[in-house]
Amino acid sequence: MPGSLINDLGNPVEPFLRSDRMPHIWCPGCGIGTTVNSFARALIESKIDLQSLALVSGIGCTGRVAGYVKLDSFHTTHGRAIPFATGLKLANPKLNVVVYSGDGDLSAIGGNHLIHAARRNIDLKVICVNNLIYAMTGGQTAPTTPDHSITSTNPYGVFEPSFNLPHLVEAAGAVYVARWTTFHVRQLSRSISEAFQKKGFSFIEVISPCPTLYQRRNKLGDGLDAMKYYKEKSKVRHGAPTNEVGLTMTGEIVVGKFVDRDRPDYQTMMRTQYTESLGERFVEQPEMVCDCS
Amino acid sequence: MRLQLTEIRIAGFGGQGVILSAIVLGKAASIYQGAFATMTQNFGPEARGGACSAQLVLSDSPVLYPYITQPDILVVMSQEAYARFGPELKDGGIMIVEQDLVRVSDHKQEIQVYSVPATRIAEELGKRMVLNSVMVGFFTAVTLLLDADAVRKAVADSVPPSFRELNLKAFEKGLEYGATALTATPNTADPDLHVEYSRE
Amino acid sequence: MKADPRGVLTGTHFMDGDHACCEGALAAGSRFAAGYPITPSTEIVERFASRVPTVGGTFIQMEDELAASITLQGAVWGGAKAFTVTSGPGFSLMMEHIGYAAMTETPCVFVDVQRGGPSTGLPTLPAQADMMQARWGSHGDYEIIALCPNSPQECFDLTIKAFNLAEEFRVPVMFMMDEVVGHMTEKVVIPAADQIEVVPRRHTRKPVDEYLPYATNGDLVPEMAHAGEGYNFHVTGLTHDEHGYPNMTPQIQDKLVRRLQNKIRDAADRIALFEEEQLEGADVVVVSYGITSRVAQRAIEAARERGLRVGKLRLITAWPFPEKKIRELAANVKAFVVPELNLGQMVREVERAAAGQAKTFAVSHAGGGVHNPEDILKVIVEASRCQAA
Repeated sequence: MPGSLINDLGNPVEPFLRSDRMPHIWCPGCGIGTTVNSFARALIESKIDLQSLALVSGIGCTGRVAGYVKLDSFHTTHGRAIPFATGLKLANPKLNVVVYSGDGDLSAIGGNHLIHAARRNIDLKVICVNNLIYAMTGGQTAPTTPDHSITSTNPYGVFEPSFNLPHLVEAAGAVYVARWTTFHVRQLSRSISEAFQKKGFSFIEVISPCPTLYQRRNKLGDGLDAMKYYKEKSKVRHGAPTNEVGLTMTGEIVVGKFVDRDRPDYQTMMRTQYTESLGERFVEQPEMVCDCS
Repeated sequence: MRLQLTEIRIAGFGGQGVILSAIVLGKAASIYQGAFATMTQNFGPEARGGACSAQLVLSDSPVLYPYITQPDILVVMSQEAYARFGPELKDGGIMIVEQDLVRVSDHKQEIQVYSVPATRIAEELGKRMVLNSVMVGFFTAVTLLLDADAVRKAVADSVPPSFRELNLKAFEKGLEYGATALTATPNTADPDLHVEYSRE
Repeated sequence: MKADPRGVLTGTHFMDGDHACCEGALAAGSRFAAGYPITPSTEIVERFASRVPTVGGTFIQMEDELAASITLQGAVWGGAKAFTVTSGPGFSLMMEHIGYAAMTETPCVFVDVQRGGPSTGLPTLPAQADMMQARWGSHGDYEIIALCPNSPQECFDLTIKAFNLAEEFRVPVMFMMDEVVGHMTEKVVIPAADQIEVVPRRHTRKPVDEYLPYATNGDLVPEMAHAGEGYNFHVTGLTHDEHGYPNMTPQIQDKLVRRLQNKIRDAADRIALFEEEQLEGADVVVVSYGITSRVAQRAIEAARERGLRVGKLRLITAWPFPEKKIRELAANVKAFVVPELNLGQMVREVERAAAGQAKTFAVSHAGGGVHNPEDILKVIVEASRCQAA
């Protein structure tokens, strides 16, 4: 149990962090650190081989996660964590590749890559911290910002509809889709552990507070108020039809595991196809280990 | 065999093996005859389906300018290609036509015209597809530009193994037909291609 | 080290430049390509897609060039030698990731088969108008290497060179083909694998606790590790210190960006490849590259037949620009003539390097075809009549 580890070892997630880089840049009340905590606990629970684990982030507040985890970690360009991770995974299929990024990075500038990676069923574990806003740049509208929210680029209220991310990625082909909030730290850890067991494109959305930019501008209180909101308004509905889980500014948040299905991942399909059409001419990709001679 | 700079255009429609003909001749010159060859082809919408054309420059020194400026030899396998490219043939040049597909009219240039029913010959051999090998054989015979053995080798290694024999047969047929056409046509001995005016 | 024979199609071929480039990549040991179809470059990835499953490797067609140009970098950090292939519009989309590769020192190759622009321009017709974009297209200060083949044979030979330079300097290398060279078919001789020299990755031999990802030795190029080897390294496009950690101070920025620049600039003479002919005693030197160098050769020969003393300098590496060579020549010649399929790009570099010591004449062409050699000849004649500067 993680609880007992705290007693024995101090902070149990510390071995997973680059403590020489602390303090981190996140604001008080921000939920990203909480998600990292759940992620680290999932690493403990799933007993995953850390050496095989690589973490890829894009740009934004969540994009900074890559810089704080003591793993092979890549802080890529804005929106392109998924295609970078795709290359990493295809070149070295033994790696467990996690994409850890924000809602704006993954679903706006990176939206095209998100749906295509899901379609191809690339074996990636995507953790999308959704704070409903562009936070790093000062609170602009994201594709996930709920209707009527005030943002710096919609100062009179957002009027464009937002993405329902679980619905989007399910439609595109993800094999595992879950949503939690930063209130659901244990459930989140469990979902991450489960995703590690899946082969294929897994997507976990974590609703996370941005007190500095989203909540303040929308008079939604601070980090603690967000926790109260998540606690009161979250409703666990495993297997909920994803078209029913869209978010509003203050309404119900449907959480749970929405999709858990199996279909062959990209590399399996590739190998099958090549074997079928090339027969003995097909040569398996050798391990791309370096010959440094 | 000396190979002075020779510009060739081969044109017809898609499916006739226009590009493959150019590849075979280029290969023969550059790989099997120790000369140099540069082949370019038309790309873009005009290359899809309908008209199709390849340019080939042969020389015994490295080819610098990649395109033809005015062809010495024009091979046309469709009426459209004939109409479009016929006027650009150099004075004293050679025109080779697929005689069942091209009706030759008057030219303003002084040229030598050689005709071959390549498609019909190919059909008689059992596969219309090999018309380009007939054409290549005919070309070899009437232009005296390339060593027949070099072209034969190029045909052999440019076609799928299962069709090699048939293509070689088609090549020989074209070669024979060309040899006959050559003896039947006056002023064919001049290797510099500057033949006297003649009209079929 | 020598090439892996599995990727080497030894023999004499009649092959176009696009296909030869693909064979060069395979011979260089590249087993990963990510691409997005675009004329006139597509044949390169088509051939790679057909060949690579039979030699052991991966091709993935991505959703756009933004993706392709970063997917290949993920593959490099996974241990592969990787490249992508594009033309003008796609090259424009790749610019941010050329900067990322320069900043993170990811060895990789970007092939640009140049076509007429701007915008969609002339998809099936040539230009050489991406030369400055190759050098300066991404934001910020950085250096890259760019090579310009002028035949299918060079598309093969220099693609290997491109991969080797990428590995040696940990830099993105631009392979600047043009539509004519890409679509032109000529004899290509592919040697035996043991005749092909391949530069391996500069992989660290240090133990995990001693490895600093961006610490460098004398030649300014750091050693690399791959994901999954236990090094737990961090890579970022942010300004970073020797640990690879973000460190955004003017001091660290200065140190990093100057090193990225100097690792190429200091080696410029060693990287520079050019072909020269009759430079001794020349009044006029024609500077050209890519397909234009072949067209210019006709004009040079015609000028020599008229008794003019014309030298030839063909740039094989366009970047880093061989400015020392131009500067030396400028002291002894009257003028440079620079034909190129653009309205004046590399000519600016020639003029800059000549620094007023010799005159510089551009022979511009907006693209869509190649120069008429007569047009180059006219300028050579004009240049040879000019008074020495």
